Amino acid sequence: MTDISAAQPIDAAKAPTSGQPVRRSTQVYIYVSLILVAAIVIVPLVSTALGGFKTLGDLRANPFGLPVEWQWSNYTDIIFSKRYWLQMTNSLIIALLTVFLTIWFGAMAAYCFAHIRFFGSSYLLNYFLIGLMFPAATAILPLYIRIRDLGLIDTYWGVVLPQVAFGMGMSIMLFRNYFRNLPSELFDAAFVDGCGYLRFFWHVTLPLSRPIIATVGIISFVSSWNNYIVPLIMLNSESRYPWPLGIMIYRGEFSTEWQLVLAFITLTILPTIIAFFLAQKHIIAGLTAGAVKS
Amino acid sequence: MSDSLMPANARPSTGVVTAPRRGRRSLAHSKWPVLILFLPPALLVFTVLVILPMGEAAWYSFFNWNGYGSPTQWIGLRNYQLIFRNSAFTQALINNGLIVLVSVCVQIPLALWLATMISSRIKGALLFRLIFFLPYVLADVAAGMIWRFVYDGDFGLVGGIAHFLGAEAPFWLADRDVAMYAILGVVVWKYFGFHMMLFIAGLQAIDKSVLEAADIDGATGFQKFRLVTLPLLGSTVRLSVFFGVVGSLQLFDMIMPLTGGGPSNSTQTMVTFLYNFGVTRMQIGFGSAVGVVLFVICVTLAFSYKRVFMRND
Repeated sequence: MTDISAAQPIDAAKAPTSGQPVRRSTQVYIYVSLILVAAIVIVPLVSTALGGFKTLGDLRANPFGLPVEWQWSNYTDIIFSKRYWLQMTNSLIIALLTVFLTIWFGAMAAYCFAHIRFFGSSYLLNYFLIGLMFPAATAILPLYIRIRDLGLIDTYWGVVLPQVAFGMGMSIMLFRNYFRNLPSELFDAAFVDGCGYLRFFWHVTLPLSRPIIATVGIISFVSSWNNYIVPLIMLNSESRYPWPLGIMIYRGEFSTEWQLVLAFITLTILPTIIAFFLAQKHIIAGLTAGAVKS
Repeated sequence: MSDSLMPANARPSTGVVTAPRRGRRSLAHSKWPVLILFLPPALLVFTVLVILPMGEAAWYSFFNWNGYGSPTQWIGLRNYQLIFRNSAFTQALINNGLIVLVSVCVQIPLALWLATMISSRIKGALLFRLIFFLPYVLADVAAGMIWRFVYDGDFGLVGGIAHFLGAEAPFWLADRDVAMYAILGVVVWKYFGFHMMLFIAGLQAIDKSVLEAADIDGATGFQKFRLVTLPLLGSTVRLSVFFGVVGSLQLFDMIMPLTGGGPSNSTQTMVTFLYNFGVTRMQIGFGSAVGVVLFVICVTLAFSYKRVFMRND
C-alpha cells in the first residue's frame, strides 16, 4: 500500500503549500465555503456547551443564543458530583491498561516478526492481521461467554483484555513496519559486540521507537477512551462504567432535563477537546498514520 | 514502505547469518528464548479473545441457546433462516448500504473538496484543519448525543430554526421516513474530517513541479484538478473509500444515543440489530449468527476490495 505518512507525516503545524498564490475572487469563495463548513461543525458543539448554562425554559425559547441567565450550578453540580469523577477515572484506568498492554504485547511480537526468521512466521503474521478485518461486534456474544467463564465480567480486565486483543493487529503491524525500517547496521554491530536479541530489544530498539510507541499509544488510548460496545457488554455495575456508558445512563435518568444532559456531555468531552488542542499535531498524525500504514 | 531508504530486504537473514560469526551460538544469540518470551502474550490474548470467539460464533450459530449451561438445542441453519426472513435485518442491510453509499458519494467528494481548498495558500488553513478534524476525535456516543439535541424538536437547534421560520417543529429522529437520513448527516459530520486529512496528506505528496508544468501549459484550475491532481490521488481515494466502507459496516455507537435502531427498526444497522435482537434478548445462537453474517460481509468486502482496487497500491 502507498505509504504517504511514512514519507511525509501529516503535520498540522506545517503550512500547506500547493501551486501559486490564489486569486482574490477564488479566495473569497474558499473562505465562504470553509467558514460555512466550520460553522456546521462548531455550532452544534458550542450550542451544547451554552445549552448547559441555560434553564430548560431558556433552552426551549432560544436553543442557539447566549443564556439569559447563566446557570453555573448545572455545571458545578456535575463537577462536584462523585459520578462524574468516577466515570472519568474508570475510563482512564481502562484506557491506560489497554494502552500499556497493547504496546507491550504488540511490540514484543512485532520484534519477532521484524528480526527473526522462524518457521511459519509469515503465516503467523497474517494470522494477526486477520484481526484488522472485522470489528469486535462480530464476536461480541461468544466473547461475553468467554469473559464470563474467565470470571472477568464486571471487572476492568473484562474490558481491557478484549480491547487489547482487538488492537493487536494494528499494534503488531505498525511496530513491525517501524522496526524493519531501523538501520540494519545497528543490528549487525550489536550482534558482533555480543548483544543478544533480548538486550538489543531493550537497549536499542525500544529507545529508538518513541515515535511509533506514541502512535500506537494514541490510537489505542483514543479507541479505548471512546469505546462503547465492549464495556456495554462486559460491565454491569454503574460504579465501573466508563464515561460513554455513564452519559447514556445520565441521559436516561434526566431525560426531561436537557440542560443538565448538555452540561454533562460538555464536561465529558472536555478532556478530549483539551487534549486535542494541546497535542493536535501528534493526535492527527497518530490517528491518520494508523490508517494509512495498514 | 520507504524501503528505498534502507535495505529492509537485506535484514531478515541477519539474525541467522551473523550469530555464528562469534563461534558457538550462545544462548543470547539464539532466537528461541526471544520467540518463547515475546510471542506468547500477543498470541494468547489474540487467539483466546479474537479468533476463538469468532470460531465459537460459527458454532453457537447452529444452536438455540440463551447462554446458560451449554448449548444443546441444535437447530442447524434455522438461525440464518430467521435472520434473512427478519424485515428488521433487511432494513439493517439497506441502511448499511446507504451509509456506504453516502460515505463514498457525499463524504469523500466533500473531504476532497475541502482538502484542495485547505491545501491552497490561504491564511488560517491550520485552524480550519483542526476544526474539521475535531468531530473525528470525539466519541461516537458523544456525537450521537449532541446531535440528538440538535435534532430535538422541542429544545434543539432544528426546533429553534423551525420556530424562527414559523413552521411546526419537526421530530426527525421520531419519523421513520426521515430518521435514517438524519443519522447519515451525523455520519458525514463526524467522519469527513478524517478523510480530509488523508487527502491533505495525499496532496502534500504530489510533486509540485507537475502542477507547475500544467500551469505553464495553460491548464485552468479545474483542468489541473481533474487531469493532474485527481489521478495522482488515486491511491488515497481508494484508501479513503476502503475506510469509509469498513467503518460504515461497524456503525453502532452513534446510533444508540440517536435512535437505538428505531422508530420501528427504521434505523437499524447490522450491529444494532445484533445488539437489539441478540444481546438484549440473550439469544446467543441468533446473535452469533448475525455476527457470522457480518464477519463474512466484512472479510469478503475487505479482501475483494484490496484484490480488485488496491492491487498496485
